[in-house]
Amino acid sequence: MSHPSGDSPQQALQAAGGVPTTLQVNGKHHALILDPRATLLDTLRETLHLTGTKKGCDHGQCGACTVHIDGRRANACLVLAVAARGCAITTIEGLGSAGNLHPLQAAFVAHDGYQCGYCTAGQIMSAAALLHEPCGDSDDEVRELMSGNLCRCGAYANIVDAIQDVRGKR
Amino acid sequence: MQAFHYTRAADIAEAVRLAAPDGPADRVRFLAGGTTLVDLMKLDVETPTHVVDINGLGLDQVDVLADGTARVGALVRNADLARHPHILGHYPVLAQALLSGASAQLRNMATTSGNLLQRTRCVYFRDRASRCNKREPGSGCDAIDGYHRNLAILGGSPHCIATNPSDMNVALMALDAVVHVQGPDGARAIALRDFYLLPGDTPQRETTLRQGELITHVTLPPMPPGTRSGYLKLRDRASYEFALASAAVVLREHDGRIAAAAIALGGVGTRPWRCPQSEQLLAGQPASAERYAQAAQAAVQGARPGSQNGFKIELARRCLSLALYTTLPPQ
Repeated sequence: MSHPSGDSPQQALQAAGGVPTTLQVNGKHHALILDPRATLLDTLRETLHLTGTKKGCDHGQCGACTVHIDGRRANACLVLAVAARGCAITTIEGLGSAGNLHPLQAAFVAHDGYQCGYCTAGQIMSAAALLHEPCGDSDDEVRELMSGNLCRCGAYANIVDAIQDVRGKR
Repeated sequence: MQAFHYTRAADIAEAVRLAAPDGPADRVRFLAGGTTLVDLMKLDVETPTHVVDINGLGLDQVDVLADGTARVGALVRNADLARHPHILGHYPVLAQALLSGASAQLRNMATTSGNLLQRTRCVYFRDRASRCNKREPGSGCDAIDGYHRNLAILGGSPHCIATNPSDMNVALMALDAVVHVQGPDGARAIALRDFYLLPGDTPQRETTLRQGELITHVTLPPMPPGTRSGYLKLRDRASYEFALASAAVVLREHDGRIAAAAIALGGVGTRPWRCPQSEQLLAGQPASAERYAQAAQAAVQGARPGSQNGFKIELARRCLSLALYTTLPPQ
């Protein structure tokens, strides 16, 4: 598709105040020209076509967009992509693959930790970070630390089972 | 979201220069964790023309000074502050308050300075179709005769009853924290008890910060031996919800008596609510259920609830009573 100015979309963006930004996602570097308004979530999905990360509320309330930034879980919807420059970003696509599942992905399958699946990428990214955070042994402590991830299907019981299985608490 | 210019500040001087009253933009916001600012920019409640990203400034360490003062950098993340060994050991009320707020994801992003400036969760403030004197001075307040179950019973005015939503700020208020800023006129320190303004007839003004001032760190005085502290938060859900009432309690015990008490309430005030009368009732007294009940009663004196949030008087009273009881059980 040709752009009205004759420039490429990226050139047009820079002319319109776009900010040259290199993002490191799942170990790959992407040189982009970004509208400062673009969130990390929209950039992952719409620019880099990494659609595993989901948009739920878009206000940091549901956790569907959870990714890792420098190894820590964060809501990608509340991060300006230009501000993620220099950070190592990991999405669900970087956690495992169909032929090489992350243990949590396998456990979510084994424990049926979802129904519609829309929140699942966020749940798994959140849980993958939890594995490296201070967290007591009990189910209640897992529930507390997973409270930022909502599941409207209500698969919570099986989600806790899957996480506790991977933590060796089952 | 409205268009804005983005700059990642290289140092404090550049950040202050960009935000100064005579600087290059009319509406500047500093970007720290972004958990409040980006959220409100999406709602067009915040409409900065220039966003100055301060994440490259360092300011992310907790230092213990020679006299025992804890110095917390403006960009220390809530999750890191809550887990810092010195904070856990000396200021448990702060660690507990931080961990009771938001979600693990948000705590990883949210910063000390950003949390100090967290905006209210009043639904009318967040909705541009509604009237809100805080968002649009002089437009009116839809909360006073509307949905205000979650709003303030202390410190409100006919113009605004919005609650300060933070847990961290309640603990910092009870700890006599000091906010350190750098501005166009140099550095200054503001005691937290002088930091937040009552809404009065200018609810758009929430703090005594001046235009262009950047919070660089927060200091906490050392806690004398015998100090115990704790935070109790009551809310509609067990997790990931703002307080309906909360209490931060700092008690110093000496010879079986309460030598000194510092108390603040959250979820009930238009600012984190310090309770000097309750503190006076406890100072010099033995810990007892009766004294705790009197102190809790004094804390909500003068409350002016609306039609929906009268329950908060009893809730805050019981919340403080239980927090005192748990922090220093009567013998």
